[in-house]
Amino acid sequence: MAGYLIRRLTTAILVVFGIILVTFLMLHIIAPSPAITVLGPKAQPAAIKAWNHANGFDKPWWDQFATYLGHLFQGNLGYSYHLNQSVSALLTEKAPLSGLLTIASLVLSILVALPLGIYQGVKRNSFGDITATSLAMIFYSMPTFLVALVLVQVFALSLKWVNPNVPQDQTLSGALAGWPDLIMPIVALTLTAVASYSRYQRSAALDVLAQDYIKVARAKGLSERLVYSRHLVRNASLPMITLIGLSLPLLIAGNLLVEYTFNINGLGLLFVNSLQGYDYNVLMAYTLITAVLTVVGNLIADICLTLSDPRIKLV
Amino acid sequence: MSETNTPAVSTETETETARGVEDVSVTIESPAGPEPAVPAVSDAGELQSTTSAWKLTLREFLKNKMAVAGVAILVFFVLFCWLGPVFYHSNQNTTDLLNTDGAPGAGHPLGTDSNGFDIIGRIMIGGQTSLWIGFAAAVIATVIGTLWGAVAGLLGGLIDATLMRIVDILLSLPFLLVVLIISQRYGANTWGLIIILGVFSWLVPARLIRGEVLSLKVRDFVSAARVMGGTNTRLIFRHLIPNAMGTVIVNITFQIADAILALAALGYLNFGVRYPNTDWGSQLGDAQSNLSNGYWWEVFPVGVSLVLVVMAFNFIGDGLRDAVDVRLRKR
Repeated sequence: MAGYLIRRLTTAILVVFGIILVTFLMLHIIAPSPAITVLGPKAQPAAIKAWNHANGFDKPWWDQFATYLGHLFQGNLGYSYHLNQSVSALLTEKAPLSGLLTIASLVLSILVALPLGIYQGVKRNSFGDITATSLAMIFYSMPTFLVALVLVQVFALSLKWVNPNVPQDQTLSGALAGWPDLIMPIVALTLTAVASYSRYQRSAALDVLAQDYIKVARAKGLSERLVYSRHLVRNASLPMITLIGLSLPLLIAGNLLVEYTFNINGLGLLFVNSLQGYDYNVLMAYTLITAVLTVVGNLIADICLTLSDPRIKLV
Repeated sequence: MSETNTPAVSTETETETARGVEDVSVTIESPAGPEPAVPAVSDAGELQSTTSAWKLTLREFLKNKMAVAGVAILVFFVLFCWLGPVFYHSNQNTTDLLNTDGAPGAGHPLGTDSNGFDIIGRIMIGGQTSLWIGFAAAVIATVIGTLWGAVAGLLGGLIDATLMRIVDILLSLPFLLVVLIISQRYGANTWGLIIILGVFSWLVPARLIRGEVLSLKVRDFVSAARVMGGTNTRLIFRHLIPNAMGTVIVNITFQIADAILALAALGYLNFGVRYPNTDWGSQLGDAQSNLSNGYWWEVFPVGVSLVLVVMAFNFIGDGLRDAVDVRLRKR
């Protein structure tokens, strides 16, 4: 176990370093210098050159990368020339709202998808299973933003149950004060996630139901309820751990689309707005944080899986 | 009948399934490739004709109602988008500023958009772009992924480790964010978008094909080819890839669905093809702010088309996967 952990951590660190390098190179090629943003679109070439020289943007890329890496280790994510703010300040300002959306929809979708998938597996080909499978297929084939638009049309414009506009307050407490308006964004994210999780959970449940130990449990006279609660649920929910660890990039993408649709002042909208101005450091920081969270998420998922399933031996 | 020459062993264990990747174990005998199709010899020693693996797969596929429905939907949309404009004439070249945001009615069965373009005609030309980009990007992704995976799987060792670590790194990068960053600079045209989407989505096929090749390369016919002096290139192109073709084709189908969805997201965020060209995502992006004005016809017809096409590809993919998986086949 310890040996595995050390090897796994080393790989994770290597991968994180690779991620930083790839992201840096990609942005470096696309937006070599923020000089235009700082000096304005009509800046003289000489002025741009002078600014680049003063701020080290004329050095070779590995030199700039070393500087960036050095700053990164000190927790300095750089400065947004577009918004005249440090990136760390921007991120801490906007992260709580995005975090709330992502975590709320993740928790909700697990709470829905886990029992739903197990139910579908147990009652295979029943009316309920077929309905759920068809609905999952529709939402699975639907981009998150379209789900959001359908929700807006049905619940805000036609039925008028909720307000089509979400609170523009970017603080967590301000947004929570108008919590009914957050229902639609969270439901949109949840529906998309449930669609893919429940499909997966259903096939996991079917796999487990075909195992010999389920037959044994039934043969020794356990009631169906006990078979399901003791043997099926535990074993069938194990693969979900890995799936959740892997689905982080998708959650972030959904979050971005939903924030754009509802004009929620979170990290996703910040990213989209930063694209217009090639706001180098913001783009870099958000991509990097998402990627690192993905690596960490997979690592945690693997460790959780080992801890919860004694059959998996890691050497 | 066909069992006589079918060593239908399921070779690959389901390790990748836990990683959220649909692992497809395919054991197809005598595919179109030059792997010599040994005529089945019955116990009596006389030659018998066997049904080819592809025919069996097709038969299995046609039994799946959802998959057939998927094919029907897809054929409908391909005809609708490419042949539709021949029969349904609408002005898609000049804006009609006196008829913007027109409700469905005479002359415009589904209304007009904010530039006065007829919605049905708009969906047709947008569909051409979306379907073409989705298809081409998926093909590029699958070609890169197949070669990458085959090389890694066949050579093994340090090369395999290096190649797969690169896949790990790229797989950890958030796809949508990276694609957005690159299309901001290079994504204004169709080929730019095809290349961007293709170049960033070959990672899953690479993993799948590597798994497939790992199980194929220990089989006897590969050893035989090697003993006869087959080079690695020959092994990859003449033996490994043709035998992994089932996985490759199933993968392309899902890849197209994903690429169409990714393109829709790009278009929605205004990073799709530029005006006057249009795709379904861009149409949704232009229309979304008009939803609160009550112009539902600008959003939902194109939205339904998008969902139907993606769903069709997913159905076809599911059907193909079940059809090529011999273990699921009832004989």
